[in-house]
Amino acid sequence: MAELKKESFVIRGKDAVRMESISRPSLSFWSDAWRRLRKNKSAFIGLCIVVLYALLAIFAPMFSQYTQSQMDVDARHAMFSAEHWLGCDSTGRDMWVRIWMGARVSLSIGLISAVLNMCVGAVVGGLCGFYGGKLDMIVMRLVDVLYGIPSLIITILVMMVLGKGITPLIVAMCVVGWIGTCRFVRGEVYRLKEQDFVLAAKVLGIPDIKIILRHIIPNILGLLVTNLCMAIPGAIFQEAFLSYIGLGIVPPDCSWGVICKEGIQFLRYYPHEILVPAFFVCTTMLALNLLGNGLRDAVDPKLRGTE
Amino acid sequence: MLKYIIKRVIAAVLTIWVLITIVFFLVRLMPGTPFTSAKLTPEVAANMEAYYGFDKPLIVQYLVYMGNLLQGNFGYSMKFTNRTVNDIIGETFPFSADLGIRALVLAVSIGLVLGIISARNRGKKLDFFCVIIAVLGTSIPDFIMGAVLQYLFGIRWGLLPVAKYEGIEYTILPACALAFYTLASVSRIMRASMLEVTQQDYIKTARSKGVSDLRVTYKHQIRNAIMPVMTVLGPTVASVLTGTFVLESIFAIPGMGKYYVESVSNNDYSMVLGMTIFYGIFLVTCNLIVDILYGVADPRVRIGKR
Repeated sequence: MAELKKESFVIRGKDAVRMESISRPSLSFWSDAWRRLRKNKSAFIGLCIVVLYALLAIFAPMFSQYTQSQMDVDARHAMFSAEHWLGCDSTGRDMWVRIWMGARVSLSIGLISAVLNMCVGAVVGGLCGFYGGKLDMIVMRLVDVLYGIPSLIITILVMMVLGKGITPLIVAMCVVGWIGTCRFVRGEVYRLKEQDFVLAAKVLGIPDIKIILRHIIPNILGLLVTNLCMAIPGAIFQEAFLSYIGLGIVPPDCSWGVICKEGIQFLRYYPHEILVPAFFVCTTMLALNLLGNGLRDAVDPKLRGTE
Repeated sequence: MLKYIIKRVIAAVLTIWVLITIVFFLVRLMPGTPFTSAKLTPEVAANMEAYYGFDKPLIVQYLVYMGNLLQGNFGYSMKFTNRTVNDIIGETFPFSADLGIRALVLAVSIGLVLGIISARNRGKKLDFFCVIIAVLGTSIPDFIMGAVLQYLFGIRWGLLPVAKYEGIEYTILPACALAFYTLASVSRIMRASMLEVTQQDYIKTARSKGVSDLRVTYKHQIRNAIMPVMTVLGPTVASVLTGTFVLESIFAIPGMGKYYVESVSNNDYSMVLGMTIFYGIFLVTCNLIVDILYGVADPRVRIGKR
């Protein structure tokens, strides 16, 4: 065995300065949230279902031989079969295509109205919370009064004024929908602006707009995203409800609410016509709820760093 | 305390006034008049408009309507001839209220129990079961629940009557369908707030004093944990009420929701106006009662904010 001499060894990778520094790979807020979301099984399943449905809504109608209003008189009330995967409705329209055409409308209404509500609520609430003063007082009195009025009543009335269809529906849902976000964002901003890091930024002479963009918004973004995710099922539900009572989407457009409404008339003899759309509505709501719960846990700063 | 109540009452009255005003002008903004029928000659239509006071300036109409409203008069329906909105509300509201109260009692009692069981058995199978019920409940819209229950129990198995509202067995299905969503949300809130209360110091104190587990739950946890549930009772009443809209039409119950939906699609303006205001006043009053009860139950609320 050869003798091991001290000279034949060289010290590599040892740096007195770096050895003493306390560090770990830096993990941004969102990658941390994403990591924890993936670990949460139910939330991840929810996310998968939502993505799957969104993809199907986009692509399924394109690759089908049927269109949403094409009637096959021989296949009225047909059960599941190779030609009509999910059967047909009372006028022989293919349910598979109708479901995904409906999903386009329902999901996009849910997403658009939730995003609009969030943006309006966040801007108004943020301004009120940050600047306070007279503006804050006036807006908050208004919000308090509007908050006391049942939102559905206002939505129904606005629908009656604007008429039926997709755009009026979104507008009607936004008339009072932003109030919840507004109250919550105002509260958060009000709390944040008193904190030391905002004070420090102010002392350093950073303009308000930069403080809002760099310091306040990143701090409430997680909660906002969670709120958004929770608001989507609510919006889809409201759309289904309004279409169900005959105020939302009207033919030839279709949505899940419309399909349910049509299906329920034949409950006694052809229950699949209501059960199929019901299944998709319920699984979507379930998936979004699970995802929302998971997101809430994932972006909660109090849980950060804990397992 | 009195100051708090007066403040709340003033806010509620203001809310109702704003609601009535918004609703009144929105209804007038709606396209068309109630008298658009091919059979009507212009003279008749003009007579009708004069009869209902629609020829006067809007502000006069508003004042007249407000004056009538202060005397509790909602005016005549435009589609159901010779019947006042008051009559129709008086006739149909008891059905809706009956259904709503049944559902509410069912939902709150079972929801609380589920929440408590779930929190006491955190992480165990029973908890998992309760959480699944809660998640399912908030994911199934009530009209779908109603249709599914109606199909299974009424049609498939023939256990319960399918529709109408003539006896106790008729109320079971709609009340269950209506209660499910609320039940789920109540149990969720109760579970969360029970878990939060469990970490408080007074629970530790009670435990270390040697108070039995059940007694801690009953005496300390539930009483404190029930507060957040109380705050959502107002919105809960609202959601139960909206639920009655569709469930009444699914189960053919002659309640107010069914009439409301019908008047919306019939463009019966005075009915929509009257019923909306009635619903609004009802809900605002519910919120007011909840607010006051909350103030009575939790002294921090009255002294603290504003």
